[in-house]
Amino acid sequence: MDVHDLTAAYALDALDPEGRETFEAHLGQCARCREELASFGETATALALGVVSPPPPPQLRNRILAAAAVERENVVPLPMRRPWLVRATAAAASVAACTAIGLGIWAATLSHSLDRARATSASAEQAAEVLADQCTQKIALHGGSGMLAVDPRGRGVLVVERLPVAPSGRVYEAWVIPHGGAPHKAGLFDSSGSMTMVPLAESVPKGAVVAATLERAGGTDKPTQTPVFSAQT
Amino acid sequence: MRTPYVNRELAHLSDEALVALAARSEQSALAELYDRFGRPAYGLALRILRDESLAEDAVQEAFLTLWRTSARFVPERGKASTWILTLVHRRAVDLVRREERRRADAIDQAPEQVSRDAVDEEAWLRLQRERVQDALRKLPDQQREAIELAYYGGFTQSELAERLGQPLGTIKSRMFMGLARLRELLGEPGLEMSWTSTT
Repeated sequence: MDVHDLTAAYALDALDPEGRETFEAHLGQCARCREELASFGETATALALGVVSPPPPPQLRNRILAAAAVERENVVPLPMRRPWLVRATAAAASVAACTAIGLGIWAATLSHSLDRARATSASAEQAAEVLADQCTQKIALHGGSGMLAVDPRGRGVLVVERLPVAPSGRVYEAWVIPHGGAPHKAGLFDSSGSMTMVPLAESVPKGAVVAATLERAGGTDKPTQTPVFSAQT
Repeated sequence: MRTPYVNRELAHLSDEALVALAARSEQSALAELYDRFGRPAYGLALRILRDESLAEDAVQEAFLTLWRTSARFVPERGKASTWILTLVHRRAVDLVRREERRRADAIDQAPEQVSRDAVDEEAWLRLQRERVQDALRKLPDQQREAIELAYYGGFTQSELAERLGQPLGTIKSRMFMGLARLRELLGEPGLEMSWTSTT
């Protein structure tokens, strides 16, 4: 058998890493194998469906969506924040408490939106921990509707309401600008609808300004545009 | 079983359209894809890994890979469903190969031995499963064994050759013939996935 006949083994994932690589290189040059693989792939998918599937644990869905919201790697990588994820579930419960202790109109809007916009609630769970901390500082955004929340450890979350979707080829970039210092990149993001939560990749020191600009896709190292909105801690 | 809070506004879209939306960072599209494939994905990962928390990890990593790389998905090269379940399978197999306690019992624990009544499943999944298992039963024993050990057991073809005491060429050929025959058997009408019929 020659390399063409490895399509079945490849579709079944029965090649070791080197074999896999060799075959993938071959695949790039062989239309016949690509075609064969498309149909063998479907047969393998059928095998996947030949298995008894108990329902996955309900929290798995939330975990995936929360991780996706934090990561947003198809915009550009934000660092994974696993410790946040682990605590997210517990933190979600305290969103209600947050409302009670007087986040005011803002928290009311937030929990309302949580019910409405399921897709954004995953990132909300991330942000919940910071938002729920009684000692978290909450600062209204200048130039936009929403707030910057910074917990005592300096972890920041931007919460933006009704952020317009970035124009094609552009992306929002968050910046943390320490007092008297140069801007630090704090992550790329785009609107996720009525409520956009942006956990900042950079910690927010006292007296810093947090701002967001619209930059070209992929982001930049220094802001090149005037801020869309900002907040002064 | 759909979770009640799910935003089903995207329910009418094709899997491929959802992947395209995910490529544009639409979280609701990722959620819809999970609602379509999360369960078979978890079932597959669990079958391979035999450990609930490892299975969850495999599913989570596969969906995050989907999220990160959806822009690279090329519909002309295959269906989105194939791509997604391939990601899950790949991840589960990589994990099981890393694990020391291995999948020797992959064949022994055929799905039939699991109590069907105990499992609450959508009718669609059950129908698919029965069809696939019927087709598998029609394969010659040695071909079925090679396919099951490879796909559900996570064995590489070289490991299979060693385990079954056969030359590598024989194993390759069993897998190839078996999968080709399976494709033929499943090519009969009725396997086409239809999500609309379950809602």
